[in-house]
Amino acid sequence: MTVTTYEEPQRSLALRFAARFREWLPAIVIFGVGLAVWQWVLPDIVGVQRFLLPRFSAVAATFWTERDALWSAGWFTFKEALGGWAIGCSCAFLAALTLARWRPLGRAFMPYAIAANAIPIIAFAPITNAWFGTFSPHSKMAIAAVLCFFPVLVNSLRGLTSVRPESIELMRSYAASEASTFRRVRIPNSLPFVFSGLKVASVLAMIGAIVGDYFGGSIEALGIQIRSSVGISQFEYAWAAILVASILGLVFYGSISLVERRVLRWHPSSRRIE
Amino acid sequence: MSTDTVVSAKEVSKVFGKGGVVALQGIDLEVTRGEFVSLIGPSGCGKSTLLRVVGDITEPTSGDVTVNGKPARQAREDRDYGIVFQAPVLFDWRTVAKNIGLPLEMQRWDRGRRQARVAEMVELVELTGFEKHYPWQLSGGMQQRVSIARALAFAPPLLLMDEPFGALDEMTRERLNLELLRIWAETGSTVIFVTHSISEAVFLSTRVAVMSPRPGRISALVEIDLPQPRTAETREHPHFFELVTEVREALHATGADQVEEQLAAEVAE
Repeated sequence: MTVTTYEEPQRSLALRFAARFREWLPAIVIFGVGLAVWQWVLPDIVGVQRFLLPRFSAVAATFWTERDALWSAGWFTFKEALGGWAIGCSCAFLAALTLARWRPLGRAFMPYAIAANAIPIIAFAPITNAWFGTFSPHSKMAIAAVLCFFPVLVNSLRGLTSVRPESIELMRSYAASEASTFRRVRIPNSLPFVFSGLKVASVLAMIGAIVGDYFGGSIEALGIQIRSSVGISQFEYAWAAILVASILGLVFYGSISLVERRVLRWHPSSRRIE
Repeated sequence: MSTDTVVSAKEVSKVFGKGGVVALQGIDLEVTRGEFVSLIGPSGCGKSTLLRVVGDITEPTSGDVTVNGKPARQAREDRDYGIVFQAPVLFDWRTVAKNIGLPLEMQRWDRGRRQARVAEMVELVELTGFEKHYPWQLSGGMQQRVSIARALAFAPPLLLMDEPFGALDEMTRERLNLELLRIWAETGSTVIFVTHSISEAVFLSTRVAVMSPRPGRISALVEIDLPQPRTAETREHPHFFELVTEVREALHATGADQVEEQLAAEVAE
């Protein structure tokens, strides 16, 4: 009998590094070309004005000189996003568990959850400011939480209910309780779906926090700083702040992906395709 | 009903839905300890439904099913049977060892006892070395062996198998047939086996129940008096061919022709 394993052949560290580098080379080239276009082609050849897009070097300089202010503002807004994400996602998963356990309830609520997924919830940002206080981070958390809620609910519910009937029949043959079936079958089955919901939600939470700031908030918040620096023509600062927001968003998304990779090691998608 | 009776179905009928599709009608079947009974018939004859009724996964519309002298529901709650489906139905997030150990976990076996039992089962289905693999790392035949090991792990007195080898290629199927017979002989369990392969039914069974469709009923019972233990040579035994012919004729006598009549009658209505 042959043993099927997916182990990488043993190679020296230098060779592995070289292989990795070759793999990433096209992406690195594109990155360099993008920066060059931003730095020289757009301002010098196309003639893009500073108030439309400052040179990369100017943005980078501001990003460095203003680093303390930028990162503390970024951290402030990131906490708003993270708080909203955590609240929204946990409520959504609990709601999904409830709706999966009592299916008639699920059937009653699902059309609204799906419809809510399609409405621009961000439009409520001024309202949450009115409800929870314009200068309080809670109003941004609220909008971020609502934004996160529906995609996580819809994804989780799909994961909890898309179990093959034989799995349930098997658990029935073991005289398993409903709680045991959830713990051993439905919840593990839902995890890949839940993680895609969590990743989408991380992006939405950042959007919610920053756009929430645009409608008024603490001067320490990143969104407020972007808005006010544009107001006083400090475009380099605005772009540097957007860069901070992008980096934080990527780190947020990337961290969830890392956790996902570790938790879902059993999933067929973890198969290495070389 | 003798004490050796494992399964006893009396006048079992099953009607699906409001349209009243009669899946089973007046089924009587007794299976005694140590028997290997195959249910064979064309698609839609209710053989899987009968298996599910015995396992209390589906409830009959009327009639009685007892397993080990208890109502089917009680037997299920006492975990009197193990079940194997056509698909392996393994849990992707569990390794081979953890999949096999699932029923033991459900019955709260302690860790040490569970591990010992799983190791024994892995050896029985010849998957040593694969304990830590996840289902997607195994071939279809290996996955089905895991599901058989899982069904046998808690040594249930009855094994229900719903076309377990239906999705496998012929070579794997024949090898697993032999393995199943070896396991059956070693464990002394009672098996009800659903298939639509005539030769598989004859090769494996001590008795074959031929079912006819619409409404599903048992139209013939064929004793398979081939010598035990069966080997690859059994398939070349002249008596094997006689029995295959007998089952085939029983199938033809009731199966296809009756469907035609039924359809004609329905059209006439």
